[in-house]
Amino acid sequence: MNHDSNPGEAALELLQSFSIKGDDFASAGSVSLAIKRMLKEVGFPDEALRRVAISAFEAEMNVVMYAGGGEIRLYLAPGTVRLKVEDQGPGIDDLELAMQEGWSTATRQMREMGFGAGMGLPNIQKNADRLEVETVPGTGTTLTIDIDI
Amino acid sequence: MSLTLEQIAQHLEAEVLTCPEHLQRQVSHAQGSDLMSDVLAFSNPDSLLLSGLVNAQVVRTAEVAGMLGIVFVRGKKPAEAVMLLAIECELPLFSTRLGMFDACGTLFQQGIRGMSDLVRPR
Repeated sequence: MNHDSNPGEAALELLQSFSIKGDDFASAGSVSLAIKRMLKEVGFPDEALRRVAISAFEAEMNVVMYAGGGEIRLYLAPGTVRLKVEDQGPGIDDLELAMQEGWSTATRQMREMGFGAGMGLPNIQKNADRLEVETVPGTGTTLTIDIDI
Repeated sequence: MSLTLEQIAQHLEAEVLTCPEHLQRQVSHAQGSDLMSDVLAFSNPDSLLLSGLVNAQVVRTAEVAGMLGIVFVRGKKPAEAVMLLAIECELPLFSTRLGMFDACGTLFQQGIRGMSDLVRPR
């Protein structure tokens, strides 16, 4: 969505890949906690750490709730963290609508867990320095989330 | 104005469920919500969460948002697995018999403030 000042692809170093289980509400969010812990251990500053953790968590919950599973890859480049969140789910039919606060296709179960208020993608946008969404209905969705330190 | 978690527990007559070693943390802001989506979108770091939900996602949400502790209202207590997760996250959990409105009002009277400043006008 926003392509300016992307870090050079060559500078990105893959730190770790995490797989996300679909529809597994008991462990939903645990990948994001692991990412937060990992970055905290290497002395990542609090404010950027919070933005990474919130973005990862929102994306992870979306993959669990809507996509039946997927993967988060954590990359580091000097001055930037990249989260690449990929799923082979149903894709997003109307991306413009999905980026609006309050628009949601959540089920009752998701809402009972405290999610599905239509804040996920807009909140990732708010916390990220750059967000790119590629989605193909019937094929899947890939988010590229960059957060500058 | 800020209070320690220990003072907050006293004002709310709350039981300490986990992490008594972290009760000296200073809290100046709080948020009462059962909607984790909102907590993720509008919360101060270094604040306290009050909630009527007791699932693991409440603990993960609080941890991800950098909150200092969680008070469960209406006498609710989470399952043991959720408490173990909180211990892993070094997140103090409390249970008060007070309802949400009364718990929030009690803390407001003591000078704790909410997150309204963070909400953009629409």
